[in-house]
Amino acid sequence: MAQEHPIGITVAAESLPRHGLTAPQLVELYYKMALSRAIDERLWVLNRQGKIPFIVTGEGHEAAQVGSAYALRPGEDWVLPYYRDLGVVLTLGMTPREVLLDAFARAEGPSSGGRQMPAHYSCPRLNIASVSSPVATQLPHAVGVALAAKYKGERTVAVCYFGDGATSKGDFHEALNFASIHKLPVIFFCENNGWAISVPLSKQMPVAHVADRAAAYNLPGVLVDGTDVLAVYAATREAVDRARAGAGPTLIEARVYRLGPHTSDDDDRRYRSEAERAEARQHDPLPRYERTLRAWGLLNDELVAEIRARVAREVADAEAFAAASPPPRPEEATLHVYASVPASWRLRRRLEEE
Amino acid sequence: MALKTIVEAIRDGLAEEMRRDWRVILLGEDIGVHGGVFRATDGLYAEFGPERVLDTPLAELGIVGTAIGAALNGLRPVAEIQFADYIYPAMDQIINEAAKIRYRTNGGFGCPIVIRAPYGPGVHGALYHSQSVEAFFCHVPGLKVVTPATPYDAKGLLKAAVRDDDPVLYLEHKRIYRRVRGEVPDTDYVVPIGVAEVRRAGQHVSVITYGAMVHQALEAAEQLATEGISVEVVDLRSLLPWDQETVAASVTKTNKVVICHEDNKTGGIGAEIAAFIAEELFEDLDGPIVRVAALDTPVPFSPALEEAVIPSTRHIVDAVHRLAAY
Repeated sequence: MAQEHPIGITVAAESLPRHGLTAPQLVELYYKMALSRAIDERLWVLNRQGKIPFIVTGEGHEAAQVGSAYALRPGEDWVLPYYRDLGVVLTLGMTPREVLLDAFARAEGPSSGGRQMPAHYSCPRLNIASVSSPVATQLPHAVGVALAAKYKGERTVAVCYFGDGATSKGDFHEALNFASIHKLPVIFFCENNGWAISVPLSKQMPVAHVADRAAAYNLPGVLVDGTDVLAVYAATREAVDRARAGAGPTLIEARVYRLGPHTSDDDDRRYRSEAERAEARQHDPLPRYERTLRAWGLLNDELVAEIRARVAREVADAEAFAAASPPPRPEEATLHVYASVPASWRLRRRLEEE
Repeated sequence: MALKTIVEAIRDGLAEEMRRDWRVILLGEDIGVHGGVFRATDGLYAEFGPERVLDTPLAELGIVGTAIGAALNGLRPVAEIQFADYIYPAMDQIINEAAKIRYRTNGGFGCPIVIRAPYGPGVHGALYHSQSVEAFFCHVPGLKVVTPATPYDAKGLLKAAVRDDDPVLYLEHKRIYRRVRGEVPDTDYVVPIGVAEVRRAGQHVSVITYGAMVHQALEAAEQLATEGISVEVVDLRSLLPWDQETVAASVTKTNKVVICHEDNKTGGIGAEIAAFIAEELFEDLDGPIVRVAALDTPVPFSPALEEAVIPSTRHIVDAVHRLAAY
């Protein structure tokens, strides 16, 4: 019996559910990963064409991002991502058009209306907070979100994402400490790709795993293969269930590989050997999951081609839509500094003069 | 109406806002069972319980960061930094996060938090219990900074801060916590943020100040009145945004201005106000703008040393004398 896939692709459903996921859901995970990769690849082209001055992408992190976000309730749970989390926000429901509007710094961009760099995601309707460039600042925010949820009696979970470099910041330690003392429904999700720009893990921390840090705060530390989307989904699901049950926070470390440089302004050939970069490409989560789904009979050449064509159409549509969308007007630069200021305040007076 | 101290007015303001709005919670070090090192939260733990009055770990960035997150999820947190001198670990959270969330989300999210912090010299607090931190924060768009000088304003500004949709740094001057008493209505009222108050009307010289120095300025004005010099004392109350109209009205009336603060002179609030007056009101001035401020040193412990650094009533009187001669 065939099942209708949420994105309109029909797949065979003979295989057993994996981790409670149906066949269409298993394929949807692949589609989200492919979409994230395709947008990132297009962003590189647009950057090199000079159309977008700065990008930061997540190639290699897709399984960790999509698998974890798929375990959440979009618009109900709170998500506090970092700048590499394209796969997270797409999985939660931000659209390719929205992502490209942000990348082109358009007025209608949902994250900031053109105020922030690309990849600084925010989406109030989906409870996606707001990414800033300082590293790890969102971790205490997730704790506060969870504190408020518990106080209000809501069964929502707050998930914050961050890289391995963020684990060196005081914010990380203060957040885990506070969250565990109060047994708050928060998940700390580390996408450990082994590099904080050019600084390798061995110079970032004296312990073998980020997950080892959890012991100091008396909370579970879970190490998961971040290139295995289903393993990530299962680990996150378990942490979400714990959090919803009132059992407190979890630290998840998803080991991933950064396939490219830190950002469009970085050249990783300065600090990574060609052998190391080639090794990273061996851990690309997309072909890995594709092989799995093919082995299970959920994907074949025809379906892969269909998904790729669909993704290509969506990316092209998003780019055309965003490119044609207007930039913010200069007079908007002074809006939203405050919700309200007294009439005597200079900011408003200067606006009235102009 | 009852006579209250500033610290009592703050406590009353917190209690009234917590009774009025279930979203108001308190976070800070020693604020629970202990009631705060200055007793500003005395009795609130007993009335509102541990869910609304949280004793936090000793970690300032965590206190402010957690408050920001709780605000994102619909609460109205009031965070206490035990001494303003210890606010620096939280500056990233205040400046890069709280103050910028509204702007960087194009109005999508706001950050309605209050950060209370006792500040100021004159209590034998030495380098790390005496600092005036206001100038650091008045350079930050998106943040509001207030500092009450009277019990009435302490309660009214606190209520305004809790109800404000933006982050407010509420600076409490330690020296006048209990030294100043005043009438505080039991009724609900707010003192609007961004509005100064003329504490004493005068004709000859304007003294513009805030916080504890308001009382020294009033003392100086009283002395100078016996010599026939009429001093107008303007209490800014809000330092960001500050009330340019009230300052301008006073300067155009007296044509002579002294600006006083206990913060260091270099880069202090006085520099900004002086620049504003020089730019906008140059034609109205009959003499130089004079600043009375602390020397550019840390605050030392020995009373002999502290008095050498921090301005007093005598310094204000001297400054007015110099200016009155023009």
